[in-house]
Amino acid sequence: MDRLTAFEIASRMFVQFTPVWIGLVIILVLSWMLRGRLGLYGKLFDSPIGLIGLVLVLFWVLTAIFADQIATFDALNQVSGMRNKKPGWPVSGLEGQHYLLGGDHLARDVFSRWVQGSRIVIIIAPVATLFAFMVGITLGLPAGYYMGRTDTILSFLANLVLAFPVILLFFLLVTPEIRAEGTVFNLPGGKTWIASIPNIIAMIMFAFPLIFFAALWTSRYRPRPQLLAIQLAITFAIGLWLYLGLVFRVDPFGLIDDVLSPNILNIFVSVVFVNSPTVFRIVRGLAIDIKTRDYVAAAQTRGETAWYIMLWELLPNARGPLIVDFCLRIGYTTILLGTLGFFGLGFSPESPDWGTTINDGRKLLAIYPHLVLPPALGLMSLVLGLNLLADGLREESLKD
Amino acid sequence: MGTFLLKRFGVMLLTALCLTLIVFYLTNLDPNLEKLVKSQLDMRTSDAQVEAFLERNGYRQNIFKRYGEWLGVAPGWTHTTETGEITGRCIPAGSDPADAPTFCGILQGDWGFSTVFKESIGGLILDKLSLTGVLMFWVMITMVPAALIIGVLAGMREGSKTDRTLSTFSIITTSTPEYVSGVVFIVVFASSVTGLRWFKGTAASAMDGANWENFTLPVLALALYGVGYIARMTRASMAEVMTEQYIRTARLKGVSFWGVVLKHALRNALIAPFTVIMLQIPWLLTGVVIIETLFNYKGFGWTLVQAVGNNDIELMMAVSVVAVFVVLFTQLISDIGYAFLNPRIRVS
Repeated sequence: MDRLTAFEIASRMFVQFTPVWIGLVIILVLSWMLRGRLGLYGKLFDSPIGLIGLVLVLFWVLTAIFADQIATFDALNQVSGMRNKKPGWPVSGLEGQHYLLGGDHLARDVFSRWVQGSRIVIIIAPVATLFAFMVGITLGLPAGYYMGRTDTILSFLANLVLAFPVILLFFLLVTPEIRAEGTVFNLPGGKTWIASIPNIIAMIMFAFPLIFFAALWTSRYRPRPQLLAIQLAITFAIGLWLYLGLVFRVDPFGLIDDVLSPNILNIFVSVVFVNSPTVFRIVRGLAIDIKTRDYVAAAQTRGETAWYIMLWELLPNARGPLIVDFCLRIGYTTILLGTLGFFGLGFSPESPDWGTTINDGRKLLAIYPHLVLPPALGLMSLVLGLNLLADGLREESLKD
Repeated sequence: MGTFLLKRFGVMLLTALCLTLIVFYLTNLDPNLEKLVKSQLDMRTSDAQVEAFLERNGYRQNIFKRYGEWLGVAPGWTHTTETGEITGRCIPAGSDPADAPTFCGILQGDWGFSTVFKESIGGLILDKLSLTGVLMFWVMITMVPAALIIGVLAGMREGSKTDRTLSTFSIITTSTPEYVSGVVFIVVFASSVTGLRWFKGTAASAMDGANWENFTLPVLALALYGVGYIARMTRASMAEVMTEQYIRTARLKGVSFWGVVLKHALRNALIAPFTVIMLQIPWLLTGVVIIETLFNYKGFGWTLVQAVGNNDIELMMAVSVVAVFVVLFTQLISDIGYAFLNPRIRVS
């Protein structure tokens, strides 16, 4: 069997990505038809930059969703004789099968690893950013609204984390040693929980979404206790299940355990920890600015509670800059995840994530560039998409 | 101004103390100490031997006492062996214990001894910092003018074709982290793939003498990531200045477009980017670590990786102190500089 030509590789890859193309067309056509009713998102179709960003981001999201269908091999599968083979090399023993982008230093398929690697980033980066926003918003709103001592203490803590060089923090906080160190507690169900630093940070950080939603419902629906009770019950049912599953790994349904291994939790916690002080500062700044507006004064004279004003007056009016920053921050988190992989921190050595793959391939860079270029360009295009999307959203939100 | 500075210095000192204490605590966790002992002695060392080593070398004291020793406000530990020999933190091997000082910490100018490099840390850090200083110098020399020119050209006619092109370029550079641009540069400019062997893929030889061939790629990769951000800030600032009344007045008086840009707009437009450039310096630290690892340039960033990898506690502490002070000082300078450049802002 012969090696595939560059054209054959490109066309086969195009065919492999079929589910992504179909998904892209459906989403774009539907959004275009409904663009008048979709608010800020619909306005993206007026900005070419934002649209390009949207397409890039959607491409990677769909790739992550359909990764199992797109990948031609298992990400960990090794085929003898395929070590460091060039793109389009026929797989020995399998008629008509090729390593589309070649084999890596352990004879695994670069193309499949590239596709599967997107899944890790696409799951962790937005969720971690969301958690950072929950922490930043829940602490930033009172700091900006009340000022005074609350603000002094919280700002000092935020500045403390911000003064910590990110890379140093990662090296200290994402290690197997730190995960194993701490008092061991026995939990029901024969499980144990170690009071290690990442676990303690997780315990504190992951409580913020619960606090946020509880405050959100309570401040608004206190006059209607029945509705409030239902909302709080649902919030706590879902919230506590996720909280116990994520932090203590006691999940009666066993759904979370598969997704989140201890090392991924470690990475997740560190990324949230690094991002939340910046979000805190942005939210605090916005709150200080917005609280001088007339509608806040109106709410105060109406006798609304402080939390109602913060969550239902300040926050909705700060959404523009926050949405833009959310997009940018997912991109930044993607870069951070790549950095962690690049230094071999946290991710398991055989993980197909892009940072780890770049790190694996960089030793043989000058001879076998095909190991490194796909993840490098993948990471760049995803971050570029998010940045362009943020730019488009900013432009469109300023037009109002 | 005086009270402002004093207050800032107080907060800075408190921050630095808190952060170094955190680093000290994290590097002194039990598993990390074990890692240190095993790298010092032998991988097969038994637990009892590890414990004895830790006991003998003062690692088993209270963490605050040890932090005090490192700082130089608590007396250094001493240990008397069964044969009557006295060892201690402040007693170098082979010297008379009677001559040794009681305190030896960073306040006394003693940064300790690196367990990885087997060298005194004070000199080691200075060497490494000067290497990284050379790298940073060239990065700044390329990054700042490039970013300012791009920003000014893009911002002087908002919405023009030049603006669109340069803004897109800025966004692309901010989306390209150092490990991506570094890797792509090596493949394109330093490998057999394209055949363009213009530069070297390693900067190891740049430590003896930096030249065009061995230093271009690391400098370029590091500068590229920062260019976009500074350029975007400059563009925003420039675009805002260009809408001011005095610019219109100058134009109506008959000053040429370039005359207005260079004489009237530029000075006011460069205030905001100054802050951004200062705040960019600590941000470059992550990039420095990545680039020095990728290009095998044994500077400050490379040292950080070595120190953490081997849990070299005192070297880690020295690295953290430098890193934290760089962050805090650039913040301070950017605040003062901003007030200095913009007379409408008053500090204190």
